[in-house]
Amino acid sequence: MSSIRFEQVSQSFGDRSVLRDVNLTLDGHRIGIVGANGSGKSTLVRMINGLVTPTSGTVTVDGQNVARHAREVRRKVGFIFTNPDSQIVMPTVQEDVAFTLRRRGLNAEQIAERTAAALKQFGLSEHAEQAAHRLSGGQKQLLALAAVFVAQPATIVADEPTTLLDARNARRISEQWQALPQQLIVVTHHLHLVEEFDRVIVIEEGEVVADGMPAHSLAAYRALLA
Amino acid sequence: MIGLYSPGTSFVHRAPTLLKLFLLSLCVLVIGISPDPRLIGGAFLAVVVLFVVARVPVQAAVAQIAPILLVLLVAVPIQGLLSGWTVAALTASRLLVAVALAALFTMTTTVTAVLEAFQILLRPFHRFIDADRVGLLVALTIRCIPLVSDIVREVFEARTARGTRGSLQSIAVPVVVRSLYAADALGEALIARGLDD
Repeated sequence: MSSIRFEQVSQSFGDRSVLRDVNLTLDGHRIGIVGANGSGKSTLVRMINGLVTPTSGTVTVDGQNVARHAREVRRKVGFIFTNPDSQIVMPTVQEDVAFTLRRRGLNAEQIAERTAAALKQFGLSEHAEQAAHRLSGGQKQLLALAAVFVAQPATIVADEPTTLLDARNARRISEQWQALPQQLIVVTHHLHLVEEFDRVIVIEEGEVVADGMPAHSLAAYRALLA
Repeated sequence: MIGLYSPGTSFVHRAPTLLKLFLLSLCVLVIGISPDPRLIGGAFLAVVVLFVVARVPVQAAVAQIAPILLVLLVAVPIQGLLSGWTVAALTASRLLVAVALAALFTMTTTVTAVLEAFQILLRPFHRFIDADRVGLLVALTIRCIPLVSDIVREVFEARTARGTRGSLQSIAVPVVVRSLYAADALGEALIARGLDD
């Protein structure tokens, strides 16, 4: 599990301020982040993986500044995007999962072994040699999860991973989360998905407005929406 | 190669990719220059046997070879009238065998195996060419074909749903814009997966 710290983090895109002086420490097992569209939650989690560099302030993962040690941090932090189609790189399911293990100093046998284990864990073994782009939406998101999981990161960050899925597939993804030993940070609009998490953070107009147990934070968020 | 791979464990599937590439090139070359119809006939029979041994689904194999049959339907009569029917038959047989061999290769070889073979072939030139990068480029090119084809389909569907016909520009602009967004997202995914150098 990683200790992720945001210190005085602000982010602007042109004149638009997206995050304002955010101070946070993320060190729980399962953390949910909720907020309205444009509230800054996606920008916040992208900073953990170095996909966005803060305009001011620092983000550290286990003491390493993400801006300066992005490559090392990305080996610890896996990232899942909203649209799984955007993160499928290789033509077949098996090849896409194995692709994550490139340049990790593993031999072909180790890559095959770890790929097979990841596919089995996410119920994709029977689709191993299928064309990845022909999978269903839910299977594609499971593939994205398997492709991140195979690298055995300490933390998995997911940015609205169930937004494009139907209820059944969203539940399947949620069930897979429950079984993951990794630290999990999930941005979502589906509030029921984070009800069982250890902590939920509410972001509103670039600021943290609630942070605590799910029941407390989700009640605060619902009050905001009312 | 986009979903054309037909999984299997036959010796055709298991044969080393470089050997398959070498034999494919050699066969196409020999068939291309040989005037002996018996040799081409023998090659045709050998290809059929290899398809059977590899247990490639008949429908998938026919789908690979059918386009060249359409070309031959037009080309053979023209060549027959201009150069004689023997030459036309030989040319048609050569093309058919070459396309069938290429199809057999793509249907029994994964993209990863092809990329690894290219990386081995490019290794002597490592001072000038980054083989890993070339491999990634080829993989991304192959991956982007269904991605862009999905975008084009969705743009056409959106146009139909809105009941408009529109100009070429009304198709090209959303396709280009969405393709650029998709490329951006794919780039981010590569970075997130540690391929940022």
